Amino acid sequence: MEIVKPAMAGTLESSDAQIMVEPGENGIELFLKSSVMNQYGRQIKATVLETLERLGVKNARVTVVDKGALDCTLKARVECAVFRSADASEKDIPWGGAVR
Amino acid sequence: MIPRPKPERFRLRRTMMFMNAQKPGLIKDAYIYGCDSIMLDLEDAVAENQKDAARFSLYHALKTIDYGGTEVIVRINGLDTPHWQEDIRVCVAGGADGIRIAKCESAQDVLTVEKAVEAAEEEFGVEKGRTLLMAALESPKGILNAYEICAASPRMFGVAISGGDFRKCMQTKPQPDGVDMLVARGQMLIAARAAGIQCFDTVFTNLDDQAGFEAEVLQNKAMGFDGKSLINPKQIRFVHEVFAPTEKEILQAEKIVRAYREQSAAGVGVFTVDGKMIDIAFIPGAERTLKLARACGLWEGDLV
Repeated sequence: MEIVKPAMAGTLESSDAQIMVEPGENGIELFLKSSVMNQYGRQIKATVLETLERLGVKNARVTVVDKGALDCTLKARVECAVFRSADASEKDIPWGGAVR
Repeated sequence: MIPRPKPERFRLRRTMMFMNAQKPGLIKDAYIYGCDSIMLDLEDAVAENQKDAARFSLYHALKTIDYGGTEVIVRINGLDTPHWQEDIRVCVAGGADGIRIAKCESAQDVLTVEKAVEAAEEEFGVEKGRTLLMAALESPKGILNAYEICAASPRMFGVAISGGDFRKCMQTKPQPDGVDMLVARGQMLIAARAAGIQCFDTVFTNLDDQAGFEAEVLQNKAMGFDGKSLINPKQIRFVHEVFAPTEKEILQAEKIVRAYREQSAAGVGVFTVDGKMIDIAFIPGAERTLKLARACGLWEGDLV
């Protein structure tokens, strides 16, 4: 998927993460801030990159503010932000396909 | 991926706790509270502009979190909204045990949802008929059509009343003796029993009024409800206590079932236990008591 316009998903509540995606031109540029950076920074980064790859996002500026989200929450928030940026988050989501 | 066992249409459902599907902090460990069912909410708890985000969150929760023996039901948005079809797709794809139809007013509403569920089961390769349904009656029309709703589909396992909306329609407020909803609760119970499905009462929203809550739960039990919807984990224990059979009831039920088996083997249809007349009509009730007692951890027999 292409990042068409800036979009956000998630909150800054505990156990959640806020993800912002913006159009980019130099591959994936990831900016990560996390309340558990020392323990889980690498894992969070890997999950976010993996999710973007599965969605076929090649170029984007991605900002993650993590508040201790589980992997499943990170995935959900990244996917929602990407689909929102393409105005495609409301229906016909490929559950079990690119979203899994 | 956590594969969930096939949902049981009839199981113990004393407590059904509502949770906002959009809040990861709530849904990630909802199974620890010990309620019989959790109700992940896509409807009123989720703001209109977060319906999409709630679905992504719900999908991954269903696929990733091991809820163990806790039943997972999802409340979808009303049929008068643009959301319900995608809600159904995500519920079925994620493998929710059941779907709660909000603001149900007719058998046709149930059939409309059933059709979409069936299409989703086919789309996502889910066993046909796996996804159960329940209806929430929230309006006078829903209560008047309770029986046709309860009997609308073999997927229907239960029906619940939603007090907030119903009282608004009826221009009343919660009363200490429950008279505001007495007729509606009664009519819904009769309809559910006639159709052979379960029946659940509405939430009690004033968390500071424990006495009022307890009075309502006792009335629910006396009226014959199977369980109650809850909004807070601290409400679970009391409902489980009230809905558990007493020691006397368990002993009596055990005696009745044993005596019935002996007597019917000897060709006797009606007999007495402790001076009370017993025949086949008492058996389902006694068996139900024993099953409930076992589920509550109060009985370990193997009669049922």
